[in-house]
Amino acid sequence: MPVTKGQRLQQTLVHGVLSIAAFVILWEIGSRSRQWLGLDAFEWLRGLLAWFGWEKKILPWIGAVPAPSDVLAKWAQIIHDVSYWHSWYMSLFRVMAGFTAAMIIGIPFGLLLAANRTAFGISFPVFEVLRPIPPLAWVPVAIIFWPTQELAISFVTFLGAFYTIVINVIGGAKSIDVRYYQAAQSMGASNWDIFRRIVLPGTLPSIVVGSAVGMGITWEVVVAAEMISGGGSQIGGTAGGGLGFFIWNSYVGGSYEQIVVGMISIGIAGFVSSGLLRAAGKYVTPWLRLR
Amino acid sequence: MSGGSAQHATAMNAATRGSIRVEDVVKIYDPEGAAVMAVDHCTLDIAAGEICMIVGPSGCGKTTLLNAIAGFHEITSGSILLDGEVLCSTEKPKAEPGSDRIVVFQNGSLFPWKTNLENVAFGPLMQGRFGRKEAYDKAQHMMADAGLSGVEHNYPGEISSGMRRRVEIIRALMNDPKVLLLDEPYRALDSLTKSVMHEALLEIYYKNKVTIFFITHDLEEAIFLGHKVAIMTTRPCRPKKVLEVDIPHPRDYGVLTSRRFRELMEETNEAVHEEALKAFAAGEKEG
Repeated sequence: MPVTKGQRLQQTLVHGVLSIAAFVILWEIGSRSRQWLGLDAFEWLRGLLAWFGWEKKILPWIGAVPAPSDVLAKWAQIIHDVSYWHSWYMSLFRVMAGFTAAMIIGIPFGLLLAANRTAFGISFPVFEVLRPIPPLAWVPVAIIFWPTQELAISFVTFLGAFYTIVINVIGGAKSIDVRYYQAAQSMGASNWDIFRRIVLPGTLPSIVVGSAVGMGITWEVVVAAEMISGGGSQIGGTAGGGLGFFIWNSYVGGSYEQIVVGMISIGIAGFVSSGLLRAAGKYVTPWLRLR
Repeated sequence: MSGGSAQHATAMNAATRGSIRVEDVVKIYDPEGAAVMAVDHCTLDIAAGEICMIVGPSGCGKTTLLNAIAGFHEITSGSILLDGEVLCSTEKPKAEPGSDRIVVFQNGSLFPWKTNLENVAFGPLMQGRFGRKEAYDKAQHMMADAGLSGVEHNYPGEISSGMRRRVEIIRALMNDPKVLLLDEPYRALDSLTKSVMHEALLEIYYKNKVTIFFITHDLEEAIFLGHKVAIMTTRPCRPKKVLEVDIPHPRDYGVLTSRRFRELMEETNEAVHEEALKAFAAGEKEG
Protein backbone atom coordinates (compact mmCIF):
# COMPACT_ATOMS: atom_id res chain seq x y z
CA MET A 1 0.00 0.00 0.00
CA PRO A 2 1.44 3.35 -0.93
CA VAL A 3 2.28 5.61 1.98
CA THR A 4 0.92 9.13 1.62
CA LYS A 5 2.84 12.20 2.62
CA GLY A 6 0.45 12.82 5.53
CA GLN A 7 0.94 9.30 6.83
CA ARG A 8 4.68 9.64 6.67
CA LEU A 9 4.54 12.93 8.55
CA GLN A 10 2.32 11.35 11.17
CA GLN A 11 4.75 8.49 11.54
CA THR A 12 7.68 10.88 12.00
CA LEU A 13 5.70 12.78 14.60
CA VAL A 14 4.84 9.61 16.52
CA HIS A 15 8.49 8.52 16.49
CA GLY A 16 9.57 11.95 17.72
CA VAL A 17 7.10 12.02 20.58
CA LEU A 18 7.95 8.44 21.59
CA SER A 19 11.68 9.09 21.62
CA ILE A 20 11.34 12.25 23.70
CA ALA A 21 9.00 10.48 26.12
CA ALA A 22 11.38 7.53 26.47
CA PHE A 23 14.26 9.90 27.10
CA VAL A 24 12.37 11.81 29.80
CA ILE A 25 11.20 8.62 31.49
CA LEU A 26 14.72 7.15 31.61
CA TRP A 27 16.03 10.42 32.96
CA GLU A 28 13.30 10.57 35.61
CA ILE A 29 13.90 6.98 36.74
CA GLY A 30 17.66 7.44 36.81
CA SER A 31 17.40 10.67 38.68
CA ARG A 32 14.91 9.36 41.26
CA SER A 33 16.68 6.08 41.96
CA ARG A 34 20.00 7.90 42.18
CA GLN A 35 21.59 5.19 40.10
CA TRP A 36 23.06 5.11 36.66
CA LEU A 37 20.08 4.91 34.33
CA GLY A 38 18.23 3.48 37.31
CA LEU A 39 19.67 0.03 36.73
CA ASP A 40 21.81 -2.05 39.00
CA ALA A 41 23.09 -3.85 35.98
CA PHE A 42 25.98 -1.45 35.78
CA GLU A 43 27.23 -2.47 39.19
CA TRP A 44 29.46 -5.13 37.64
CA LEU A 45 30.98 -2.49 35.41
CA ARG A 46 31.86 -0.42 38.43
CA GLY A 47 33.41 -3.47 40.04
CA LEU A 48 35.42 -4.10 36.90
CA LEU A 49 36.68 -0.54 36.84
CA ALA A 50 37.58 -0.74 40.54
CA TRP A 51 39.54 -3.87 39.79
CA PHE A 52 41.64 -1.87 37.35
CA GLY A 53 42.35 0.53 40.14
CA TRP A 54 39.88 3.20 39.21
CA GLU A 55 37.67 4.78 41.78
CA LYS A 56 34.17 3.51 42.01
CA LYS A 57 32.92 7.04 41.53
CA ILE A 58 34.35 7.21 38.06
CA LEU A 59 30.98 6.48 36.45
CA PRO A 60 28.65 9.38 36.97
CA TRP A 61 25.06 8.74 37.76
CA ILE A 62 22.31 10.68 36.29
CA GLY A 63 20.93 11.04 39.80
CA ALA A 64 23.22 13.99 40.26
CA VAL A 65 21.09 15.83 37.71
CA PRO A 66 17.71 17.14 38.82
CA ALA A 67 14.78 15.01 37.74
CA PRO A 68 12.66 16.25 34.83
CA SER A 69 9.63 16.58 37.08
CA ASP A 70 11.55 18.93 39.36
CA VAL A 71 12.80 20.86 36.37
CA LEU A 72 9.26 21.16 35.06
CA ALA A 73 8.04 22.38 38.42
CA LYS A 74 10.78 24.99 38.49
CA TRP A 75 9.96 26.01 34.96
CA ALA A 76 6.29 26.46 35.79
CA GLN A 77 7.45 28.86 38.47
CA ILE A 78 9.97 30.75 36.37
CA ILE A 79 7.65 31.14 33.44
CA HIS A 80 5.91 33.96 35.29
CA ASP A 81 9.19 35.67 35.93
CA VAL A 82 9.83 38.61 33.61
CA SER A 83 13.60 38.35 33.96
CA TYR A 84 13.53 34.80 32.54
CA TRP A 85 11.84 36.08 29.39
CA HIS A 86 14.18 39.00 29.30
CA SER A 87 17.08 36.53 29.19
CA TRP A 88 15.42 34.94 26.19
CA TYR A 89 15.00 38.29 24.59
CA MET A 90 18.61 39.34 25.18
CA SER A 91 20.10 36.13 23.77
CA LEU A 92 17.72 36.14 20.83
CA PHE A 93 18.54 39.77 20.12
CA ARG A 94 22.27 39.08 20.15
CA VAL A 95 21.93 36.01 17.96
CA MET A 96 19.82 37.90 15.46
CA ALA A 97 22.13 40.91 15.46
CA GLY A 98 25.23 38.77 14.93
CA PHE A 99 23.58 36.47 12.43
CA THR A 100 22.01 39.25 10.36
CA ALA A 101 25.31 41.12 10.24
CA ALA A 102 27.06 37.92 9.18
CA MET A 103 24.56 37.46 6.32
CA ILE A 104 24.71 41.08 5.20
CA ILE A 105 28.50 41.17 5.16
CA GLY A 106 29.27 37.52 4.50
CA ILE A 107 27.17 36.89 1.37
CA PRO A 108 28.48 39.82 -0.72
CA PHE A 109 31.99 39.22 0.58
CA GLY A 110 31.85 35.55 -0.40
CA LEU A 111 30.44 36.40 -3.83
CA LEU A 112 33.16 38.98 -4.39
CA LEU A 113 35.86 36.49 -3.45
CA ALA A 114 34.36 33.89 -5.76
CA ALA A 115 34.02 36.30 -8.69
CA ASN A 116 37.20 38.34 -8.50
CA ARG A 117 40.61 36.74 -8.55
CA THR A 118 42.37 39.86 -7.21
CA ALA A 119 39.93 40.29 -4.35
CA PHE A 120 40.38 36.62 -3.56
CA GLY A 121 44.17 36.87 -3.64
CA ILE A 122 44.18 39.87 -1.33
CA SER A 123 41.53 38.85 1.20
CA PHE A 124 41.63 35.10 1.39
CA PRO A 125 45.00 34.64 3.16
CA VAL A 126 43.96 36.98 5.98
CA PHE A 127 40.56 35.31 6.11
CA GLU A 128 42.15 31.88 6.32
CA VAL A 129 44.48 32.91 9.15
CA LEU A 130 41.64 34.44 11.17
CA ARG A 131 39.16 31.63 10.48
CA PRO A 132 40.67 28.93 12.70
CA ILE A 133 40.57 31.26 15.73
CA PRO A 134 37.52 30.13 17.69
CA PRO A 135 35.01 32.96 18.21
CA LEU A 136 35.31 32.49 21.97
CA ALA A 137 39.02 33.34 21.80
CA TRP A 138 37.88 36.74 20.59
CA VAL A 139 35.87 37.48 23.73
CA PRO A 140 38.57 39.35 25.71
CA VAL A 141 39.72 41.36 22.68
CA ALA A 142 36.13 42.10 21.73
CA ILE A 143 35.41 43.43 25.20
CA ILE A 144 38.47 45.68 25.03
CA PHE A 145 37.81 46.76 21.47
CA TRP A 146 34.08 47.47 21.39
CA PRO A 147 32.76 50.39 23.41
CA THR A 148 29.90 48.41 24.96
CA GLN A 149 29.65 44.85 26.16
CA GLU A 150 26.52 44.45 24.09
CA LEU A 151 28.45 45.15 20.91
CA ALA A 152 31.25 42.86 22.04
CA ILE A 153 28.91 39.90 22.47
CA SER A 154 27.11 40.56 19.20
CA PHE A 155 30.47 40.79 17.47
CA VAL A 156 31.50 37.39 18.79
CA THR A 157 28.23 35.83 17.63
CA PHE A 158 28.75 37.52 14.29
CA LEU A 159 32.11 35.78 13.95
CA GLY A 160 30.46 32.46 14.72
CA ALA A 161 28.26 32.67 11.64
CA PHE A 162 30.43 34.81 9.37
CA TYR A 163 33.18 32.32 8.47
CA THR A 164 30.76 29.50 7.78
CA ILE A 165 28.59 31.66 5.56
CA VAL A 166 31.54 33.04 3.59
CA ILE A 167 33.10 29.62 3.04
CA ASN A 168 29.78 28.21 1.85
CA VAL A 169 29.11 31.12 -0.49
CA ILE A 170 32.56 30.84 -2.07
CA GLY A 171 32.21 27.08 -2.46
CA GLY A 172 28.70 27.38 -3.85
CA ALA A 173 29.51 30.12 -6.34
CA LYS A 174 32.63 28.35 -7.57
CA SER A 175 30.85 25.06 -8.11
CA ILE A 176 28.34 26.54 -10.57
CA ASP A 177 28.83 24.68 -13.83
CA VAL A 178 30.63 26.70 -16.51
CA ARG A 179 27.99 25.53 -19.04
CA TYR A 180 25.40 27.72 -17.32
CA TYR A 181 27.57 30.78 -17.85
CA GLN A 182 28.29 29.81 -21.45
CA ALA A 183 24.63 29.16 -22.20
CA ALA A 184 23.54 32.45 -20.62
CA GLN A 185 26.26 34.33 -22.44
CA SER A 186 25.28 32.82 -25.79
CA MET A 187 21.69 33.81 -25.20
CA GLY A 188 22.73 37.42 -24.77
CA ALA A 189 22.75 37.81 -21.00
CA SER A 190 24.71 40.81 -19.71
CA ASN A 191 27.15 40.53 -16.82
CA TRP A 192 24.50 41.86 -14.46
CA ASP A 193 21.97 39.33 -15.79
CA ILE A 194 24.49 36.54 -15.31
CA PHE A 195 25.09 37.65 -11.74
CA ARG A 196 21.41 37.99 -10.95
CA ARG A 197 20.03 35.01 -12.82
CA ILE A 198 22.88 32.50 -12.69
CA VAL A 199 25.31 33.26 -9.86
CA LEU A 200 22.76 34.25 -7.25
CA PRO A 201 20.27 31.39 -7.68
CA GLY A 202 23.16 28.98 -8.25
CA THR A 203 24.67 29.96 -4.91
CA LEU A 204 21.39 30.06 -3.02
CA PRO A 205 21.40 26.40 -1.87
CA SER A 206 24.87 26.92 -0.38
CA ILE A 207 23.74 30.16 1.26
CA VAL A 208 20.88 28.26 2.88
CA VAL A 209 23.19 25.51 4.14
CA GLY A 210 25.76 28.02 5.37
CA SER A 211 23.11 30.01 7.21
CA ALA A 212 21.65 26.94 8.89
CA VAL A 213 25.07 25.83 10.11
CA GLY A 214 25.95 29.42 11.04
CA MET A 215 22.75 29.81 13.03
CA GLY A 216 23.65 26.74 15.08
CA ILE A 217 27.08 28.16 15.81
CA THR A 218 25.71 31.55 16.88
CA TRP A 219 23.64 29.89 19.59
CA GLU A 220 26.66 27.99 20.84
CA VAL A 221 28.74 31.13 20.81
CA VAL A 222 26.24 33.53 22.37
CA VAL A 223 25.76 31.35 25.43
CA ALA A 224 29.45 30.93 26.08
CA ALA A 225 30.13 34.62 25.43
CA GLU A 226 27.45 35.58 27.91
CA MET A 227 28.90 33.27 30.53
CA ILE A 228 32.43 34.57 30.11
CA SER A 229 31.62 38.25 29.88
CA GLY A 230 28.98 38.23 32.57
CA GLY A 231 26.51 38.89 29.80
CA GLY A 232 26.37 42.61 30.23
CA SER A 233 25.03 42.13 33.73
CA GLN A 234 26.23 45.61 34.52
CA ILE A 235 23.57 46.95 32.22
CA GLY A 236 20.46 45.27 33.42
CA GLY A 237 21.44 43.16 36.42
CA THR A 238 20.77 39.43 36.04
CA ALA A 239 17.94 40.24 33.68
CA GLY A 240 20.27 41.75 31.10
CA GLY A 241 22.47 38.70 30.88
CA GLY A 242 20.74 36.48 28.40
CA LEU A 243 20.29 32.71 28.66
CA GLY A 244 24.00 31.98 28.99
CA PHE A 245 24.28 34.22 31.97
CA PHE A 246 20.99 32.82 33.30
CA ILE A 247 22.58 29.35 33.39
CA TRP A 248 25.77 30.60 34.90
CA ASN A 249 23.92 32.59 37.52
CA SER A 250 21.81 29.56 38.42
CA TYR A 251 24.96 27.52 38.84
CA VAL A 252 26.55 30.11 41.09
CA GLY A 253 23.32 30.40 43.05
CA GLY A 254 23.06 26.62 43.38
CA SER A 255 19.72 26.26 41.67
CA TYR A 256 20.34 23.12 39.64
CA GLU A 257 16.81 22.87 38.30
CA GLN A 258 17.15 26.34 36.90
CA ILE A 259 20.37 25.35 35.08
CA VAL A 260 18.48 22.66 33.25
CA VAL A 261 15.61 25.04 32.49
CA GLY A 262 18.16 27.36 30.88
CA MET A 263 19.72 24.53 28.91
CA ILE A 264 16.41 23.30 27.55
CA SER A 265 15.41 26.88 26.71
CA ILE A 266 18.49 27.15 24.50
CA GLY A 267 17.68 23.81 22.95
CA ILE A 268 14.22 25.03 22.07
CA ALA A 269 15.50 28.35 20.79
CA GLY A 270 18.07 26.65 18.57
CA PHE A 271 15.55 24.12 17.30
CA VAL A 272 12.97 26.77 16.44
CA SER A 273 15.44 29.10 14.74
CA SER A 274 16.96 26.30 12.62
CA GLY A 275 13.45 25.11 11.77
CA LEU A 276 12.41 28.56 10.63
CA LEU A 277 15.59 28.89 8.61
CA ARG A 278 15.06 25.52 6.97
CA ALA A 279 11.50 26.48 6.06
CA ALA A 280 12.71 29.78 4.62
CA GLY A 281 15.43 27.91 2.75
CA LYS A 282 12.91 25.55 1.18
CA TYR A 283 10.77 28.48 0.20
CA VAL A 284 13.56 30.27 -1.67
CA THR A 285 14.88 27.13 -3.41
CA PRO A 286 11.68 25.54 -4.77
CA TRP A 287 13.59 23.57 -7.42
CA LEU A 288 15.23 21.47 -4.73
CA ARG A 289 11.90 20.24 -3.39
CA LEU A 290 11.54 17.86 -6.31
CA ARG A 291 9.93 14.47 -6.31
CA MET B 1 33.69 34.26 -48.50
CA SER B 2 33.52 33.23 -52.10
CA GLY B 3 29.77 32.86 -52.40
CA GLY B 4 29.19 29.49 -53.99
CA SER B 5 31.19 27.38 -51.55
CA ALA B 6 28.71 24.70 -50.63
CA GLN B 7 25.23 25.06 -51.99
CA HIS B 8 23.64 21.86 -50.94
CA ALA B 9 21.58 20.01 -53.45
CA THR B 10 18.87 18.87 -51.08
CA ALA B 11 15.68 19.97 -52.73
CA MET B 12 13.66 20.83 -49.65
CA ASN B 13 16.44 22.85 -48.17
CA ALA B 14 15.15 26.38 -48.44
CA ALA B 15 17.39 27.89 -45.79
CA THR B 16 19.45 30.88 -46.84
CA ARG B 17 21.46 31.54 -43.73
CA GLY B 18 23.72 29.69 -41.37
CA SER B 19 26.49 28.50 -43.68
CA ILE B 20 29.74 27.77 -41.86
CA ARG B 21 33.20 27.64 -43.29
CA VAL B 22 35.98 26.25 -41.14
CA GLU B 23 39.22 27.17 -42.86
CA ASP B 24 42.55 25.63 -41.99
CA VAL B 25 41.87 25.83 -38.26
CA VAL B 26 44.61 24.80 -35.87
CA LYS B 27 44.22 24.58 -32.12
CA ILE B 28 47.20 23.88 -29.91
CA TYR B 29 46.73 23.56 -26.19
CA ASP B 30 49.83 24.58 -24.36
CA PRO B 31 49.65 23.45 -20.79
CA GLU B 32 53.06 24.21 -19.24
CA GLY B 33 54.99 24.06 -22.47
CA ALA B 34 53.83 20.59 -23.49
CA ALA B 35 52.06 21.60 -26.68
CA VAL B 36 49.17 19.31 -27.56
CA MET B 37 47.62 19.70 -30.98
CA ALA B 38 43.86 19.23 -30.70
CA VAL B 39 42.81 20.40 -34.16
CA ASP B 40 45.13 20.06 -37.13
CA HIS B 41 44.56 22.22 -40.21
CA CYS B 42 40.89 21.43 -40.31
CA THR B 43 38.81 22.62 -43.26
CA LEU B 44 35.10 21.96 -43.47
CA ASP B 45 32.15 23.51 -45.28
CA ILE B 46 28.62 23.36 -43.99
CA ALA B 47 25.86 24.74 -46.18
CA ALA B 48 23.02 26.85 -44.89
CA GLY B 49 20.31 24.69 -43.37
CA GLU B 50 22.37 21.55 -43.53
CA ILE B 51 22.66 18.90 -40.84
CA CYS B 52 26.35 18.17 -40.54
CA MET B 53 27.31 15.28 -38.31
CA ILE B 54 30.80 15.20 -36.84
CA VAL B 55 31.88 11.67 -35.97
CA GLY B 56 35.07 10.76 -34.19
CA PRO B 57 36.52 8.95 -31.21
CA SER B 58 36.17 10.42 -27.73
CA GLY B 59 38.62 13.20 -26.97
CA CYS B 60 39.60 13.68 -30.60
CA GLY B 61 39.05 17.44 -30.59
CA LYS B 62 35.50 17.64 -31.95
CA THR B 63 34.33 19.64 -28.95
CA THR B 64 37.31 21.97 -29.35
CA LEU B 65 36.01 22.84 -32.78
CA LEU B 66 32.50 23.40 -31.44
CA ASN B 67 33.80 25.64 -28.66
CA ALA B 68 35.68 27.72 -31.22
CA ILE B 69 32.53 28.23 -33.30
CA ALA B 70 30.46 29.04 -30.20
CA GLY B 71 33.08 31.53 -29.01
CA PHE B 72 33.93 29.78 -25.76
CA HIS B 73 37.56 29.11 -26.63
CA GLU B 74 40.29 30.58 -28.82
CA ILE B 75 41.80 29.06 -31.92
CA THR B 76 45.53 29.10 -32.62
CA SER B 77 45.32 29.87 -36.34
CA GLY B 78 43.01 29.63 -39.34
CA SER B 79 39.56 31.16 -39.51
CA ILE B 80 35.89 30.35 -39.04
CA LEU B 81 33.22 32.17 -41.03
CA LEU B 82 29.48 32.31 -40.55
CA ASP B 83 27.56 33.43 -43.65
CA GLY B 84 30.79 34.88 -44.98
CA GLU B 85 31.53 36.93 -41.90
CA VAL B 86 34.62 36.18 -39.88
CA LEU B 87 33.80 34.80 -36.43
CA CYS B 88 37.38 34.20 -35.46
CA SER B 89 40.73 34.11 -37.17
CA THR B 90 44.44 34.10 -36.49
CA GLU B 91 44.23 37.84 -35.76
CA LYS B 92 41.13 37.61 -33.57
CA PRO B 93 41.39 34.16 -32.02
CA LYS B 94 38.21 34.16 -29.97
CA ALA B 95 34.73 34.62 -31.43
CA GLU B 96 32.10 36.53 -29.46
CA PRO B 97 29.46 34.16 -28.12
CA GLY B 98 26.12 35.13 -29.61
CA SER B 99 22.52 34.09 -29.96
CA ASP B 100 23.07 33.19 -33.62
CA ARG B 101 25.00 30.11 -32.45
CA ILE B 102 23.41 28.24 -29.58
CA VAL B 103 24.99 25.18 -28.00
CA VAL B 104 23.05 22.22 -26.63
CA PHE B 105 25.50 20.68 -24.21
CA GLN B 106 26.38 17.06 -23.63
CA ASN B 107 25.04 17.01 -20.09
CA GLY B 108 22.43 19.67 -20.59
CA SER B 109 22.53 23.23 -19.39
CA LEU B 110 18.93 24.02 -18.53
CA PHE B 111 19.03 26.27 -15.48
CA PRO B 112 17.80 24.03 -12.66
CA TRP B 113 16.42 27.01 -10.71
CA LYS B 114 14.12 28.11 -13.52
CA THR B 115 10.99 26.32 -14.65
CA ASN B 116 11.04 24.82 -18.13
CA LEU B 117 8.98 27.71 -19.44
CA GLU B 118 11.27 30.29 -17.84
CA ASN B 119 14.21 28.46 -19.39
CA VAL B 120 12.67 28.53 -22.84
CA ALA B 121 11.76 32.22 -22.56
CA PHE B 122 15.22 33.15 -21.23
CA GLY B 123 16.99 34.03 -24.50
CA PRO B 124 14.45 36.45 -26.03
CA LEU B 125 14.06 38.18 -22.66
CA MET B 126 17.82 38.63 -22.30
CA GLN B 127 18.13 39.97 -25.82
CA GLY B 128 15.16 42.25 -25.24
CA ARG B 129 13.54 40.94 -28.41
CA PHE B 130 10.17 40.38 -26.73
CA GLY B 131 8.35 41.75 -23.75
CA ARG B 132 7.66 39.44 -20.85
CA LYS B 133 4.20 38.36 -21.85
CA GLU B 134 5.09 37.94 -25.49
CA ALA B 135 8.15 35.84 -24.65
CA TYR B 136 6.17 33.54 -22.39
CA ASP B 137 3.36 33.19 -24.94
CA LYS B 138 5.83 32.28 -27.65
CA ALA B 139 7.65 29.87 -25.32
CA GLN B 140 4.37 28.20 -24.43
CA HIS B 141 3.48 27.92 -28.09
CA MET B 142 6.85 26.47 -29.08
CA MET B 143 6.72 23.94 -26.26
CA ALA B 144 3.21 22.87 -27.20
CA ASP B 145 4.36 22.48 -30.80
CA ALA B 146 7.12 20.13 -29.70
CA GLY B 147 4.78 18.02 -27.60
CA LEU B 148 5.96 19.49 -24.34
CA SER B 149 2.64 20.75 -23.01
CA GLY B 150 2.10 20.07 -19.36
CA VAL B 151 5.68 20.39 -18.16
CA GLU B 152 5.96 24.17 -18.58
CA HIS B 153 5.77 24.88 -14.89
CA ASN B 154 7.89 21.96 -13.77
CA TYR B 155 11.55 22.36 -13.03
CA PRO B 156 14.02 20.58 -15.32
CA GLY B 157 14.88 18.24 -12.45
CA GLU B 158 11.33 16.96 -12.42
CA ILE B 159 11.19 15.65 -15.99
CA SER B 160 12.96 12.80 -17.78
CA SER B 161 16.34 13.37 -19.42
CA GLY B 162 14.84 12.86 -22.87
CA MET B 163 12.30 15.60 -22.18
CA ARG B 164 15.04 17.85 -20.86
CA ARG B 165 16.94 17.55 -24.13
CA ARG B 166 13.83 18.55 -26.06
CA VAL B 167 13.23 21.52 -23.79
CA GLU B 168 16.83 22.55 -24.29
CA ILE B 169 16.58 22.34 -28.07
CA ILE B 170 13.41 24.43 -27.95
CA ARG B 171 15.17 26.92 -25.70
CA ALA B 172 17.92 27.14 -28.29
CA LEU B 173 15.47 27.64 -31.17
CA MET B 174 13.70 30.43 -29.29
CA ASN B 175 16.79 32.52 -29.98
CA ASP B 176 16.17 32.15 -33.70
CA PRO B 177 19.76 30.96 -34.19
CA LYS B 178 21.48 30.50 -37.53
CA VAL B 179 23.27 27.44 -36.22
CA LEU B 180 22.50 24.86 -33.57
CA LEU B 181 25.62 23.34 -32.07
CA LEU B 182 24.83 19.99 -30.50
CA ASP B 183 27.52 18.29 -28.47
CA GLU B 184 26.59 14.62 -28.12
CA PRO B 185 23.19 15.57 -26.77
CA TYR B 186 21.84 12.03 -26.71
CA ARG B 187 24.88 10.31 -25.34
CA ALA B 188 23.42 9.51 -21.95
CA LEU B 189 20.10 8.26 -23.28
CA ASP B 190 19.13 4.64 -23.75
CA SER B 191 18.72 3.48 -27.35
CA LEU B 192 14.91 3.43 -27.26
CA THR B 193 14.68 7.01 -25.99
CA LYS B 194 17.36 7.93 -28.50
CA SER B 195 15.30 6.76 -31.45
CA VAL B 196 12.35 8.82 -30.24
CA MET B 197 14.65 11.82 -29.81
CA HIS B 198 16.01 11.46 -33.34
CA GLU B 199 12.59 11.62 -34.91
CA ALA B 200 11.63 14.51 -32.64
CA LEU B 201 14.77 16.39 -33.66
CA LEU B 202 14.07 15.84 -37.36
CA GLU B 203 10.49 17.00 -36.85
CA ILE B 204 11.75 20.19 -35.20
CA TYR B 205 14.31 20.58 -37.96
CA TYR B 206 11.76 20.27 -40.75
CA LYS B 207 9.79 23.09 -39.13
CA ASN B 208 12.72 25.40 -38.43
CA LYS B 209 15.38 24.68 -41.06
CA VAL B 210 18.33 25.70 -39.01
CA THR B 211 21.91 24.64 -39.72
CA ILE B 212 22.89 21.87 -37.33
CA PHE B 213 26.43 21.04 -36.27
CA PHE B 214 26.03 17.76 -34.44
CA ILE B 215 28.83 15.95 -32.63
CA THR B 216 28.45 12.25 -31.99
CA HIS B 217 30.41 9.05 -31.96
CA ASP B 218 27.45 6.99 -33.00
CA LEU B 219 27.81 6.28 -36.71
CA GLU B 220 24.25 5.04 -37.11
CA GLU B 221 22.92 8.22 -35.54
CA ALA B 222 25.15 10.26 -37.83
CA ILE B 223 24.00 8.65 -41.07
CA PHE B 224 20.36 8.62 -40.02
CA LEU B 225 20.23 12.33 -39.21
CA GLY B 226 22.86 13.99 -41.38
CA HIS B 227 22.98 15.47 -44.87
CA LYS B 228 26.68 15.23 -44.42
CA VAL B 229 28.85 13.12 -42.15
CA ALA B 230 32.39 14.25 -41.42
CA ILE B 231 34.49 11.46 -39.98
CA MET B 232 37.32 12.97 -38.00
CA THR B 233 40.74 11.56 -37.30
CA THR B 234 41.72 10.92 -33.74
CA ARG B 235 43.73 13.65 -32.04
CA PRO B 236 44.77 15.89 -33.69
CA CYS B 237 41.39 16.29 -35.28
CA ARG B 238 40.86 16.82 -39.02
CA PRO B 239 38.26 15.45 -41.45
CA LYS B 240 39.35 12.02 -42.63
CA LYS B 241 36.38 11.41 -44.85
CA VAL B 242 33.33 13.51 -45.66
CA LEU B 243 30.29 11.55 -46.69
CA GLU B 244 27.28 13.07 -48.47
CA VAL B 245 24.28 11.06 -47.35
CA ASP B 246 22.08 10.74 -50.43
CA ILE B 247 19.05 9.38 -48.60
CA PRO B 248 16.33 12.00 -49.13
CA HIS B 249 14.76 13.91 -46.25
CA PRO B 250 12.24 13.71 -44.63
CA ARG B 251 13.45 10.48 -43.12
CA ASP B 252 11.89 8.19 -40.59
CA TYR B 253 13.04 5.08 -38.83
CA GLY B 254 12.32 2.89 -41.82
CA VAL B 255 15.52 4.28 -43.32
CA LEU B 256 17.59 2.24 -40.87
CA THR B 257 16.75 -1.01 -42.59
CA SER B 258 17.07 0.29 -46.14
CA ARG B 259 19.77 -1.05 -48.44
CA ARG B 260 21.31 2.37 -49.08
CA PHE B 261 21.65 2.99 -45.34
CA ARG B 262 23.46 -0.33 -44.92
CA GLU B 263 25.76 0.49 -47.83
CA LEU B 264 26.66 3.84 -46.33
CA MET B 265 27.29 2.22 -42.96
CA GLU B 266 29.65 -0.28 -44.60
CA GLU B 267 31.37 2.45 -46.56
CA THR B 268 32.19 4.46 -43.44
CA ASN B 269 32.42 1.87 -40.75
CA GLU B 270 35.99 0.94 -41.58
CA ALA B 271 37.23 4.54 -41.44
CA VAL B 272 35.58 5.06 -38.06
CA HIS B 273 36.90 1.80 -36.70
CA GLU B 274 40.41 2.61 -37.85
CA GLU B 275 40.37 5.91 -35.93
CA ALA B 276 38.87 4.28 -32.89
CA LEU B 277 41.72 1.77 -32.85
CA LYS B 278 44.25 4.59 -33.14
CA ALA B 279 42.59 6.47 -30.30
CA PHE B 280 42.60 3.32 -28.23
CA ALA B 281 46.28 2.67 -28.86
CA ALA B 282 47.13 6.30 -28.04
CA GLY B 283 45.14 5.97 -24.82
CA GLU B 284 47.13 2.86 -23.91
CA LYS B 285 50.39 4.72 -24.42
CA GLU B 286 49.29 7.65 -22.30
CA GLY B 287 48.16 5.32 -19.54
